[in-house]
Amino acid sequence: MLDYAIQTKNLTKVYGKGHTEVTALSDATLNVSPGELVAVIGPSGSGKTTMLTTIGLINEPTSGNVVIDGMAVANDGWIPGLDMKRIRREKLGFIFQAYNLIPFLSAIENVMVSLSLNGINGKIARKRATELLDKLMLERVKDNYPSELSGGEAQRVAIARALANRPKVILADEPTAALDTANGKNVMDLLKKLAMENNSAIMVVTHDSRMIEGFDRTYEIHDGRIVK
Amino acid sequence: MNLAIRDILYHKWRFIQTSFGLGLLIAVVMSMGGIYRGLIADATVALNSTGADLWVVQKGTVGPFAEASRLPEDAKYRIAEVPGIAQASGLSFQNIQITRYTKPLRFFLVGYELDGFGGPPIIIAGRNINQSHYEMVVDKSMKMQLGETIRLGLSDYTVVGITKGMVSVSGDPYAYVSLADAQDIQFKDDNNAIRNNRARIADRISKVSILSPAQISQLAPLVTEIAGSTHIVNTVAAKLAPGTDIKEVQETIQRWNHYQAISTSEQEKILTAGMIQKSKMQLSLFRSILLIISAVIITLIIYTMTMEKIRVIATLKLIGSPNKVVAGLVLQQSLLIGTIAYTIGYVIISLTYDKFPRRVELIPFDLAALFVIVMVICVFSSLLGIRKAMRVDSSQALGG
Repeated sequence: MLDYAIQTKNLTKVYGKGHTEVTALSDATLNVSPGELVAVIGPSGSGKTTMLTTIGLINEPTSGNVVIDGMAVANDGWIPGLDMKRIRREKLGFIFQAYNLIPFLSAIENVMVSLSLNGINGKIARKRATELLDKLMLERVKDNYPSELSGGEAQRVAIARALANRPKVILADEPTAALDTANGKNVMDLLKKLAMENNSAIMVVTHDSRMIEGFDRTYEIHDGRIVK
Repeated sequence: MNLAIRDILYHKWRFIQTSFGLGLLIAVVMSMGGIYRGLIADATVALNSTGADLWVVQKGTVGPFAEASRLPEDAKYRIAEVPGIAQASGLSFQNIQITRYTKPLRFFLVGYELDGFGGPPIIIAGRNINQSHYEMVVDKSMKMQLGETIRLGLSDYTVVGITKGMVSVSGDPYAYVSLADAQDIQFKDDNNAIRNNRARIADRISKVSILSPAQISQLAPLVTEIAGSTHIVNTVAAKLAPGTDIKEVQETIQRWNHYQAISTSEQEKILTAGMIQKSKMQLSLFRSILLIISAVIITLIIYTMTMEKIRVIATLKLIGSPNKVVAGLVLQQSLLIGTIAYTIGYVIISLTYDKFPRRVELIPFDLAALFVIVMVICVFSSLLGIRKAMRVDSSQALGG
């Protein structure tokens, strides 16, 4: 069990009750190793985002198990006593389709905010954020606000923010959906490179078939079930 | 890294505009407090500037400021002889309205004995009155020039000095003349009225059958003189000798001289609790309404700002931000808006308070109390925004 960065077993999420009950995820079992790049694909409403939010400790699973970086977090519901926000801060990194940068912070501050939530402030935070932005070729725009960045630059800042705390798991929700092919490929290549350096597992939820070829493995979901 | 300050700096113009609007509102609240304090100062300015300990007035009245009071001028000699009285001086007060340069000019005329007390406490231009007739000192707010002459009653009076800060409870500036002049202005009839009075009195006396013609001819001028006497004052102000028990002096005057003796502290209560009570209530009500409006505005601003940041808040929550960081963002912004608005309000009122037509007194305690109230309002106003922020689901960060 400890070899996997993400491990789920019979993960099920049911929304609503009675006649409004909807099973968004059913008996999903998957394993992702550290440094592995995994795609989760499927049509709209198939349960991709539910899987991401459940593994991302946002949505409590109805049943099944979730283990993140060797720590059991769900066993037919959240395991009592765990601080999910803290686990998210320390073990998970998130990348969003719409970048979700904080508009009133500069690029470097957007990276630093993630560090500051983990108690890393001041010069150390600035140094680490600068290093990450340099690696992502953003040194010229590090003081720009998100509104002054191109889509590709904004998503690279988001990647830097996700990687800032050196998480063991990175969860990405359609990270290339808003980018053209060249920018999308560039972003995925950088994400993969930096995650490998950090030995982080990456789970990308996407329906962007252009990006699938770069992944180590692909899970396909239909109607809440992993079919492939 | 302070997210609240970063957000404010990013949206600084919008924030400054919002704070400026709120600052104007707070400036009005400050001015109302200052106007109230000004009312108290105006009400007590004559009491304090005179330096009297006791105000002797007509029995059964609470004059001379709150009620009309008349007593003979020579009462001061009897008052001065009361044990414990160091000095007694007659004073007269009257409201006057004249037309100056086609505009009405209202003022509160004080007549005082030049060798007594109760005159202008400070002269900022010119000199004090040193002739017993036809000179006056006016408050700066009357905007009169030295050497200017105005007609009061039957005579012309020349401005020889300017004082400042002397305004009555009704907002009228003070002007000072000698007691004799004030008595003439207040009580002296013109020649026609004197002739009429003389004839009326002579006619009445001539109808008294027990008087002989010789007696009538001697009595008529005497009665006319007594009836036309202007030797009346509104109060006799007295200063006590050191160590004197004021209560004893009051009792003595009330028992043996048949006058009302009101201490300066009692006068203060009469003036503040009686004369300006309604104004105080009115101003307090306005202030309360304005503070409620401020609270509503701050609440709406903070709520709107929170609504605009729903995705930011969801993202912060998603990346593991504790609730206190999110709540702190909302609360700090509310407090910052309040602090900046208060500062703007303070600057506005500091620059304009002396331009108000009535006295506005800014007391540090009042300003500090208002700041605390504004901060409390900000805390409560942020609660709705914090509640909204706490209810934001972190999954709202997902999607396009």
